[in-house]
Amino acid sequence: MSHTLRGYLRADGRKGVRNVVAVAYLVECAHHVARAIVTKSDDTEVHLIGFPGCYPNAYALKVMQAITTHPNVGGVLLVSLGCESFNREQLRATIEASGRPVETLVIQENGGTASTIAKGLQAVARLKAVASRTPLAPMAVSELVIGTICGGSDGTSGITANPAVGRAFDRLGAEGAACVFEETGELVGCETIMASRAITPELGLELEKSVQKAEAYYTVMGYGSFAPGNAEGGLTTQEEKSMGAYSKSGSAPIVGILKPGDLPPSGGLYLLDVVPDGEARFGFPNISDNAEIVELIACGAHITLFTTGRGSVVGSAISPVIKICANPETYRKLSGDMDVDAGRIMEGRGTLDEVGTEIYDLVLAVAGGERTVSEALGHQEFILTYKAFDPIGPACLPLRRAS
Amino acid sequence: MSLILLHPDDNVLVLSAPVRAGQALVIDGRTVTAAVDVGVGHKLARRDLTVGDKVLKYGAPIGSITAPVAVGGHVHLHNMKSDYIASHTRQATGAKGS
Repeated sequence: MSHTLRGYLRADGRKGVRNVVAVAYLVECAHHVARAIVTKSDDTEVHLIGFPGCYPNAYALKVMQAITTHPNVGGVLLVSLGCESFNREQLRATIEASGRPVETLVIQENGGTASTIAKGLQAVARLKAVASRTPLAPMAVSELVIGTICGGSDGTSGITANPAVGRAFDRLGAEGAACVFEETGELVGCETIMASRAITPELGLELEKSVQKAEAYYTVMGYGSFAPGNAEGGLTTQEEKSMGAYSKSGSAPIVGILKPGDLPPSGGLYLLDVVPDGEARFGFPNISDNAEIVELIACGAHITLFTTGRGSVVGSAISPVIKICANPETYRKLSGDMDVDAGRIMEGRGTLDEVGTEIYDLVLAVAGGERTVSEALGHQEFILTYKAFDPIGPACLPLRRAS
Repeated sequence: MSLILLHPDDNVLVLSAPVRAGQALVIDGRTVTAAVDVGVGHKLARRDLTVGDKVLKYGAPIGSITAPVAVGGHVHLHNMKSDYIASHTRQATGAKGS
């Protein structure tokens, strides 16, 4: 069955499932002003994003460019203190080139906090007016980018929610959607199995190398991608958690590797390599789940499928998060935060195929405008920190090379 | 039955419901008694395991045994370890992984 959705058609030809005005602070010193503008706007479609650092970082600029030109974004207000290093001119030029409306407010040139907040509210009103005129256009499943992440994993995650997402990914990918899984640190131990699914031997080698890089990086950090709650929930080792996490990827061939901010050039299944290149700098690859969600959105994710065993409550700015609860006990405690009860598989009240179909159906409903639980609760988490990446090599995207 | 065998090669089973100490469990036709309370998602030994054995789950190695475990015993941080990166608990203060 071929579903047709209706997406917000941007001037650059991309299609979104939400029509968000993003207010972006470009250094922590502008965070309060930007947050006040968002809060006083009192509109669920006005979202706060930003970067706290005063030092320049090519990765942060690339991710901010990708997020502010994401198809779910209909307009952007940049809030700068004035003396920070962030290249606000280049960011603004990128947003303008995408055809989206953008305004910049520099606090030092606009009379300080109160005055900038007042001007920001007027700017948001203008941006919303432009965004509201965005035309709707038919949108196929094949135009969707769907990400997946797991957080607060436990011994149930790899048995219920993760393989159920894998089923949904297989179906979405078969219909031409781009499906992105990530966190190479949570694939340590699966590298050989994963490499065997690559569409070319060269890509298989790159997949193995990305996991080896993650293992080396996390070893320097002194911790795996493994939290105390993982152990309390029955997971004992990194590779055990990895095997469970890996099942989110389903069974389709892997067609490419992306790095944060790279857009998938085709449909199919992609690995997002989130671990920095080069020597270990700037600390942990992703300090918490939302940093990974931001990177998935920077790769164009319209919707993120978030599986959790211990019980995460987060959502995200810019793109909706669908939360799939793996553990039936957790679901009973936190049902008000969950979209899907995958833990019922544990108790014989459902099968992987049934939950996979429920996730697939929910992706289409949310793409059609239905609000997720975290959206309705007002979750709009966003975190972006320092990282360093080399560009992806030619072996990482065989489909683009062939086309 | 509250025990899941994820792959025929596995030497651990996953609990789909909690077990209480003293509760009888049937594992591959043998009746054993649970020694301790164990929660959902945790692993029990499917057979007697000795030091150095690879622990198999999903049909794949997920670590090695560091202390003997009898059939039905809880397999976790106290008797198995990663073959890659050391795991940590809330008591960890930043010790380097092995």
